[in-house]
Amino acid sequence: MVSKTNIRKKKVSTNWEYSAAPESTDHISLKSNYDLFIAGKFTKPKEGTYFNSINPANETNIAKVASAGKADVNKAVSAAKVAYENVWKKMDPSQRGKYIYRIARLIQERVREFAVIESLDGGKPIRESRDIDIPLAAAHFFYYAGWADKLDYAFPGRKTKPIGVAGQIIPWNFPLLMAAWKIAPALASGNTVVLKPAETTPLTALKLAEIIQDADLPPGVVNIVTGDGSTGKYLVDHPKVDKIAFTGSTEVGKSIIQALAGSSKKYTLELGGKAANIIFEDAPIDQAVEGIINSIFFNQGHVCCAGSRLYVQESVSKEIISKLKSRMENLILGDPLDKNTDIGAINSKTQLEKIQMYLDIGVDEGSTIYQSTCTIPKKGYWCAPTLFTDMSQSHRLVQEEIFGPVLVIQTFRTIDEVIAKANNTPYGLSGGVWTDKGSKIFKISKDIRAGVIWGNTFNKFDPTSPFGGYKESGMGREGGLEGLLQYVNLY
Amino acid sequence: MTQSLHINKTYKLYIDGNFSRTESGRYIKWIDPKKKMIINFCRGSRKDFRNAVVSARSAFKAWSGRSAYNRGQIFYRIAEMLEGRKEQFISELILQGFTKKQSKKEVTLSIDRLVYYAGWADKYQQLFSRVNPVSSPYYNFSTPEPTGVVAAIAPDNSCLLGFLSVVVPAVVGGNTVVVLASESYPLCGITFAEVLHSSDVPGGVINIMSGRHDELIEQFSSHMDVNAIIYCGADSGHASMVEKNTALNVKRAVKYADQNWINPDAQGPYHIMKSQEIKTTWHPIGY
Repeated sequence: MVSKTNIRKKKVSTNWEYSAAPESTDHISLKSNYDLFIAGKFTKPKEGTYFNSINPANETNIAKVASAGKADVNKAVSAAKVAYENVWKKMDPSQRGKYIYRIARLIQERVREFAVIESLDGGKPIRESRDIDIPLAAAHFFYYAGWADKLDYAFPGRKTKPIGVAGQIIPWNFPLLMAAWKIAPALASGNTVVLKPAETTPLTALKLAEIIQDADLPPGVVNIVTGDGSTGKYLVDHPKVDKIAFTGSTEVGKSIIQALAGSSKKYTLELGGKAANIIFEDAPIDQAVEGIINSIFFNQGHVCCAGSRLYVQESVSKEIISKLKSRMENLILGDPLDKNTDIGAINSKTQLEKIQMYLDIGVDEGSTIYQSTCTIPKKGYWCAPTLFTDMSQSHRLVQEEIFGPVLVIQTFRTIDEVIAKANNTPYGLSGGVWTDKGSKIFKISKDIRAGVIWGNTFNKFDPTSPFGGYKESGMGREGGLEGLLQYVNLY
Repeated sequence: MTQSLHINKTYKLYIDGNFSRTESGRYIKWIDPKKKMIINFCRGSRKDFRNAVVSARSAFKAWSGRSAYNRGQIFYRIAEMLEGRKEQFISELILQGFTKKQSKKEVTLSIDRLVYYAGWADKYQQLFSRVNPVSSPYYNFSTPEPTGVVAAIAPDNSCLLGFLSVVVPAVVGGNTVVVLASESYPLCGITFAEVLHSSDVPGGVINIMSGRHDELIEQFSSHMDVNAIIYCGADSGHASMVEKNTALNVKRAVKYADQNWINPDAQGPYHIMKSQEIKTTWHPIGY
């Protein structure tokens, strides 16, 4: 006799493959060549050198981008200085705010175009660039626009003065969003800006330059100089720059501190991280598994606050790891422009090599590697979602930032033990805790030495919410009132 | 009646709640401007500093975990103790060459500064905390937290008031401190340990050293388990060395080049915030 279940099995298709659902690219406008944006105009670099910005998902060139030399940086800083002295710091703050509102609105209007370009240039899934990066960038401008004429209320007992010219150097993991985090508070408080986008992801910043033109922002208030690390160095060393804001690696952050020693330049740094994500046995397990996936595989793990160290309470570790592996199997890796894609391309060849190096180290150090069995496209830079078990605190993969889709897992028994382990790195950017018990959330939140703690969630961001690190994860905060504080002198 | 011979005090370091001599056995000979009195105070060493940092680190968790109310009470208690020892500090200041009027003023202002900050212990958090109106169903708030172990080079231009103006805001805010007393006018900074010792301040929370600034600034600013450095002084070479060294572990650097410690801007909650971090916590709102 044939059982009922067998009959049902026969009827139901087991093919759950998704059909391709690519976002269209015909609505975007991209030039083949981008010059530097100085004093409101696109300007050719003095030495005439350009580099390619390539699509990491298929290794094709998207556009040529100007490389700014010392003379170009100098020109941009001078433009910013002139705009600061003659226009921006003198402007009625409410009018200043209205310019920033304009930028916010123009981004909102062109949000899909920006999302597509962000995914093309950086490799991140369109789902993320469309739903997170670009809307949040607009929201940052909108939030800080409103502060421009309310600065007298921001810091009790004190009034504010702008600092002057801000040199801002941003990373490749959230290109437009980081530009917004930097530019919006600087402009709102009366500073002018020279922005240096990352070498591998300059395009949305250059599109932002177009928006800045459309918004009729006075020339020189925002200048954008593209290039590699040497362009950033010229900016850091420039005597007319009054403030440096940097987001990137701890290593480069430290070299910036050294370069600025003895100068009167102010600086804020948002550096690396190695966040602990802590799962207690009383956590809602399925939600926690989803949270772990988001904490480490969001944006291919190219997130400074990623929950790259997972600590699971021993009693639930088998269940969590097994559910995690099965969830990883369902992650869709592939075309960043496909709306179903969960895991996009690794941002660059260099970064892929770095991740690969760490995978090798993990295996060499005797840990057990597990990777999801997804198909890796032939062209482009890809890394399958990966986790490591059999780790100890001294393993390099537990101590060092990988900046890729690589999760290292350890277990723990007591709350004191996991707090000690969580705090045992030089970093202190973020942390996560999953439990049903409120008091435990506050205990962890209080005892983890990090700037952002997510309880029963992970990787959430908002313009009103300060973000930044303790210890070697940086100095200063971005977002909220604290973000504003970094761009003013109090008196 | 025969005149009683004056008993000279031995000036020691104050580390982990103990009055100890420098492990190095070295001294600095100090002669008062009237050349009546010779004091050999400790020439603290790098090893003394490392010991002090260990002590400050181990005191940090308990101290930062004290209630704000309790920290306020302890600082009020310190003020009470200083009030009781007013004459001792005034005569030490006079011994160091200040006029009676100057000395009285320095001590009175110092007591006021302690009372002032005792009152801030449970208030700056309210001033600088916020609930952030995030645009998603989350409860999100930010609060200040102490940065950790703070190393401080006390100013030379005000040996008690200046000393307290850098140490007190850091410690009221829950940090633990290792402070190097003024080299030119060392006595009050060292003697202040006696006030602390009778004020319910747990050992290790405030560690006081004396010694050569030239020799110790390097170590104060480069130690890997120090979270922040406060440098008081106008020496630009020292200042830029301190700043360079902060790169080693991304220390927070606070500089006072020529602060007048009597001015109103020498105190305030923003001085507390110089050694605070902002922590933001998110939690979903739902069922």
